[in-house]
Amino acid sequence: MTKYMLIMRADERAAAAYATMPFEEVIAAMGRYNESMMNAGVLLTGDGLSDASEGAVVDFEGETPLVTDGPYGELRELFNGFWMIETATKEEAIEWAKRAPLTTGNFIEVRRVNGVEDFPQDNEWIQKQAGWREEQEQRAAQG
Amino acid sequence: MTDASGSPPAPERVDGGEPEASARAEASARRAVEAVWRIESARIVATLTRAVGDFALAEDLAQDALADALAQWPQAGVPKNPGAWLTAVAKRKAIDGWRRRERYDERLAEIAHDLSQQTPDASAADPWDPDRIDDEVLRLVFVACHPVLSREARVALTLRVVGGLTTEEIARLFLVPVPTVQQRIVRAKQALGDAGVPFEVPARDEFGDRLGTVLGVLYLIFTEGHTATTGEDWMRPELSLEALRLARVLVALVPREAEAHGLVALMELTAARFPARVDSSGSPVLLADQDRCRWDRSAIARGRAALGRARALATGAGRGVGSYALQAAIAEQHAVAASVEETDWRAIVATYDALAALAPSPVVELNRAVAVSMASGEGFGPEAALDLVDALAGDKRLALSHLVPSARGELLARLGRDAEARAEFERAAALAQNARERAVLLAKAAARR
Repeated sequence: MTKYMLIMRADERAAAAYATMPFEEVIAAMGRYNESMMNAGVLLTGDGLSDASEGAVVDFEGETPLVTDGPYGELRELFNGFWMIETATKEEAIEWAKRAPLTTGNFIEVRRVNGVEDFPQDNEWIQKQAGWREEQEQRAAQG
Repeated sequence: MTDASGSPPAPERVDGGEPEASARAEASARRAVEAVWRIESARIVATLTRAVGDFALAEDLAQDALADALAQWPQAGVPKNPGAWLTAVAKRKAIDGWRRRERYDERLAEIAHDLSQQTPDASAADPWDPDRIDDEVLRLVFVACHPVLSREARVALTLRVVGGLTTEEIARLFLVPVPTVQQRIVRAKQALGDAGVPFEVPARDEFGDRLGTVLGVLYLIFTEGHTATTGEDWMRPELSLEALRLARVLVALVPREAEAHGLVALMELTAARFPARVDSSGSPVLLADQDRCRWDRSAIARGRAALGRARALATGAGRGVGSYALQAAIAEQHAVAASVEETDWRAIVATYDALAALAPSPVVELNRAVAVSMASGEGFGPEAALDLVDALAGDKRLALSHLVPSARGELLARLGRDAEARAEFERAAALAQNARERAVLLAKAAARR
């Protein structure tokens, strides 16, 4: 089993469509979708993000980070929600993404979540940990 | 990504003179079919069982439909509602089979007629009632974990019909040959047929016992994955995580059952430590040496939430929590502690007391003794623990286990009795069935020279 993040994005077409859809229906469709993933034991967590206008951007271009409240780039590049799921394969994660109750103008990005094993084992911090652990073991052995 | 209209993806062409490309397309379609199967198989088998009244037949029909999908979807593309497609094809196969075998008596004719009426065109809208289907999946869980079956058969059948794993996957996870798994499944289905096991959720008065069996099967699958009893690998986390997924499925089906939540809590809190339990070479890292930064904090949060629900439900029913929730409570104490030293060992000893009262076992006593050795104060510490372990040494149930000598070795080492500790570690290594575990015990023995 591998963790995947399904990242929801939407452009202005989706935003326009949501404006005309009954809120109750949207909530119910999403609720049923979430429930089906819960019933299948694959849903770990998920949340929607509030409007981008309430957010901020921390930009690392200069020497000190610059905080602005935008611009964020194109609307369709913005995340507006996510699901964390755990499935056996990438195809299974994609299959779940395909079942989301979404229409034109919505996009779901399927991304694998890194595990400890994804980090390079020859990295100095990883090695430091291993060395520290060995030291502890030796000390325990002597003590 | 699917296109905006939600229509199925365009089929990948597999004809033409590019064997490599067509093989790739075929492999990709195969993976897509397998993904759909994992998501849908329990519901499909459950639906079919209700329709044809025979669990074994339903399972075979579903497998046949899967074979059709593997043959057709690479060319035709994955249908819009793959679950309904598979169910429809399986039902059609049932009708065809009956007609061919001319076992066309009145009752079967009736069923066949009903099926024809129900059978939608493969492209038709979803004819399922999700609430009813979930209830049928629950029946399927109870059938797969039925007490007339051996433990091995229950495990294989649960993974196959509820988990949607293939025979090959199950064989790989348990390190047994494929024919062995096939045989277990065939025999299990035979046994269910012979015993006339009905496809139903047990009556209220026996529900508790039967649910206990189901929880036991899931926990068995989980523990086999996290401390593999045999073989080269110390852990097979895939197996444990599949068990955790199935436990989450179960909890969705019986949300009012405290112990189901307790089991999920125990599995989440145990699985949270998986990233820290092996080093880069695959050797076990013991609790005291684990880098707690590697523990999965979100799994811990989910586990604690599940434990909270288990406690609330048990309290609401005027009962104490069960053994899974108690074990989860012990795992929670470890999860919230910053280090071994800062762990509330006395709370752990107290929880083991409750566990021993509820489900007495020498392993529980042994673990309690280890907790006693870690706590400080009057009546605690390694000396007190050694007395407890010595009292267990004569227990026949632990005679062939490496657990007693291993624990004695640890305690003797902490008391500075190196020669005795070494002998105990060597004895434990000789008894250990798992290669990785044996290596760790031998290393401990060597460190006392």
